[in-house]
Order: sequence, then structure tokens, then C-alpha cells
Amino acid sequence: MNIPSELKYTKDHEWVKVEGDIATVGITDFAQSELGDIVYVEVETLDETLAAEEIFGTVEAVKTVSDLFLPLSGDIIEFNNALEDEPEKVNKDPYGDGWMIKIKCSNLNEVDGLLSAEAYKNLIGA
Amino acid sequence: MKNTALTKTHEALGAKMVPFAGFNMPVQYEGVNAEHETVRNAVGVFDVSHMGEFLIEGEYALALIQKVTTNDASKLTIGKAQYSCMPNDTGGIVDDLIVYRVKENTYLLVVNASNIEKDWNWIESKNDVGATMRNLSDDYSLLAIQGPKAVGAMQSLSSHDLSSIDFYNFVVADFAGIDYVIISATGYTGSGGFEIYCKNSEVKQIWDKVFEAGADYGIKPIGLAARDTLRLEMGYCLYGNDIDDTTSPIEAGLGWITKFTKEFTNSAALKAEKEQGPKRKLVAFELDERGVPRHGYDIVEETGNIIGVVTSGTMSPSLNKGIGLGYVPTSFSEIGSKIYIQIRKNAIPATIVKLPFYKI
Repeated sequence: MNIPSELKYTKDHEWVKVEGDIATVGITDFAQSELGDIVYVEVETLDETLAAEEIFGTVEAVKTVSDLFLPLSGDIIEFNNALEDEPEKVNKDPYGDGWMIKIKCSNLNEVDGLLSAEAYKNLIGA
Repeated sequence: MKNTALTKTHEALGAKMVPFAGFNMPVQYEGVNAEHETVRNAVGVFDVSHMGEFLIEGEYALALIQKVTTNDASKLTIGKAQYSCMPNDTGGIVDDLIVYRVKENTYLLVVNASNIEKDWNWIESKNDVGATMRNLSDDYSLLAIQGPKAVGAMQSLSSHDLSSIDFYNFVVADFAGIDYVIISATGYTGSGGFEIYCKNSEVKQIWDKVFEAGADYGIKPIGLAARDTLRLEMGYCLYGNDIDDTTSPIEAGLGWITKFTKEFTNSAALKAEKEQGPKRKLVAFELDERGVPRHGYDIVEETGNIIGVVTSGTMSPSLNKGIGLGYVPTSFSEIGSKIYIQIRKNAIPATIVKLPFYKI
């Protein structure tokens, strides 16, 4: 199971890459493999301001639907439009081309509450 | 939870296993979309040994089958099968099934795994004619070998000419080194192929030889997830989703297997329903926009007024759009009608279409 050490994680199986006050968010390799083939990523919160742990979107696999929870409070400033036509990018490259949104963070102190790669690895028992 | 005779084989292949109808079953191997494509374009193999098999025998076998099923089993000659359903006394469906005429007075009923006990008890309760009933479900395995290349890929395994078996016909013949198995030109995918009924003790040998013979044709194992997307693209009903104890065969679009040339359970009421027209109908719809309809979602009017419910839905791998089945009042059931599917906060427009969704 691929769990890059430089990223931060949530218990909801999302990964977060923080650069300055911008955070890029996607779902983990573990999450995509559990979900199976992803057929639709719906994010209707673009340009909205949300608090951490609010639902920012939905990922639909063939068999299941899962909510996506915002890891850090802030403005949703970008959605990965490539996923509109090719949601399978989330399966193929969850930490790269399969990224989902970018957040302009309003409270960087929240980053301390995210999981390290090691802690996430323990969480999923990998 | 029960295993099939091939559970270890699936696990060794890396299948994701899930509980389904009381069985530990492979839901997918490499991924549902790839498996779906394999069946549409080449050939794939499903272990569907969880399905139930009942043998109905004796002088009164046909009388019992005629009584409990909607289709006319008197039309079956030896070597022919028919899709049918068992209505209950209150307007619903106990199960859908396939009836095979194996010998003069011997019929094989193939029923859904989740309903084996319910069906057995139901048929037994109607057996006042004295037919002999045997439940073979625990002793028999079933492999579905499906796809346009199934005939070519499997011919080397049998001395019988597989291309000569017409749709919904079957033979008892040699296959993969086993002297007698049922080779049936049936399936739940719409892509052609066979279903092989054999004893549990024989199925591993058959599975291995099927994969050897099919290697050059790109044969792959296929899980239950792709079985569902394949059947839904054809609009085949799934018991527990699209039909159940509360849906009538008439409203479910199963009038074509409901023959009023004979009497059967609740036939008078069903005949009246057919003549008057059902109040609601099972319809097929495609979403006009991106989205994935799912079992249990509301079907609504533009105003938001709830008019029905989605019974099956998925993102069609072949069409790359959201497709589904659901019940709506008959006044909304015309081909081309607009309905809306409530997906979370949004009512997504959809159009009622003719089946199948995907034309082979």
C-alpha cells in the first residue's frame, strides 16, 4: 500500500499536501482500492468556504458512494476538472493526477491535527 | 456463511470476497470495469454456485410447476429452458427462476441463492399433487461462461457442437473431461455464452480446464459486481431490487412470461391487473446529466413531488452514463417521458428509454 511519507492524512482516508496556505486534497491509495473503480467525483462546493470535517463532495464507485470530508477549514479554490471525464485517474494515480481539490486554508494550526504517514499506516493496519 | 467449492480458488486469484446471500462470494478480481469489458468483448467466467437447484420429478411434476410458475411449462420439450417467476397469493413475486425440462418427467428449477429456503417451502406448500422434490443446491456448482468468444474458446472441451445449442436450450454432454454436465445456452449478461451445471466435486477440474482452453481468447474470472452492471445494461430484473414479494409480474414488465393459458397462483388477480393495466410500471431510464442513480433513490417530478423509487442503478460501463430501473405511475411510463432522480441535494433529469440500454 502506497503511503507517501511527505503527506498528511485523515481518518477518513484523505491525503493532504500543504504548501504555504494552500492545501491539495485527494483520497489515499487504500481508499481507492477499497472503493474499487471510481465512476464519478462530485464536488459542488467550489468557491465555498467550509469548516474542517464538513462534506465537500462525494466519490462514487460502481458499488458504493462515499462522502468526502474537508480536512482543513478554508475556501475551496480549485477542483480537478480532469476528473469530470476521467474519474479513473483517482484509481490510477491517487496522489498525483487523481487529486481532487485545493483549499486556501483559514487556520493552519489545524495541520497539527492531521495524521502522519506512520499514524495513517497504523490506522489502516498496513 | 457458506463457501462454494471454488472459494479457495477465488482467494488465490486475489478476489475481493464479500458475503452475498449467505455465501462468501468474489465481488471483483481486477476491477469491475475491466471485468465488464472482458465479458462484452471476449469471454469471462463467473462462479455462481450459490444459485439454488431443485429437481421436480414424477408423473405430477409438470402439474406442480404449472401451478407455481407464471410461464407455460407445458411448452417445454426435453432440452429446452424457460425464464419464469413464482407469484405469491397477494400480488407479489416469491422468486424468478429458470425451468429446465431435463427428461420426460424431470424438471430442474434454478432459483436465487437468497431465496432457496423460501422457495423450497413455498413450492412444498403447493405440492398437493404429489410431485417428488429434491433440493440439490448444496451438491451442485454453476459456472457461467459468458461473452462473444465463449463458444470458440470452449469448443475444444466438448465433443458436442456448442454452436448448435440455441439460446435457452441445453444439452447433457461431456465437458472438460467430465462425462455428463448440463451445458445451457443461458446467462445473465446479454453477451451470449453458457452456463455449466456440475457436481461440486467436478467444478475445480472444469474451472481449470476452462481457463486453459480460454487462455488464447483472453478469458478472465468475473465477480458479482460486473455481473450486476452487465445484467443492468440489458435491463434484466434482479430479485430483491427490481422485483420482490410486493411487486407484481405485470407491473415489473414480466407479462411476457405470464401466460394466462393455464391457472396458477393468483392468476385471476394478475389477469385482471393485466386487463385493467397496472397502476405503476417498472421503467428504464438514462440520466441526462452526470450522476449515478442507485437503489432506493427517489424518482421525482420537476416540482420535487415524489412519484417513485429507483430499484437498480449504476454508471453503465459500456455507455458511460447513469442508467437505472424504477417504478413510476403508469402515466409517467411512456418512452421519452422526463423524470427526475433525486441524488442527494439535486434532482437530475432523466429520460425513460426502451430496453436494453446497451444493444449488443
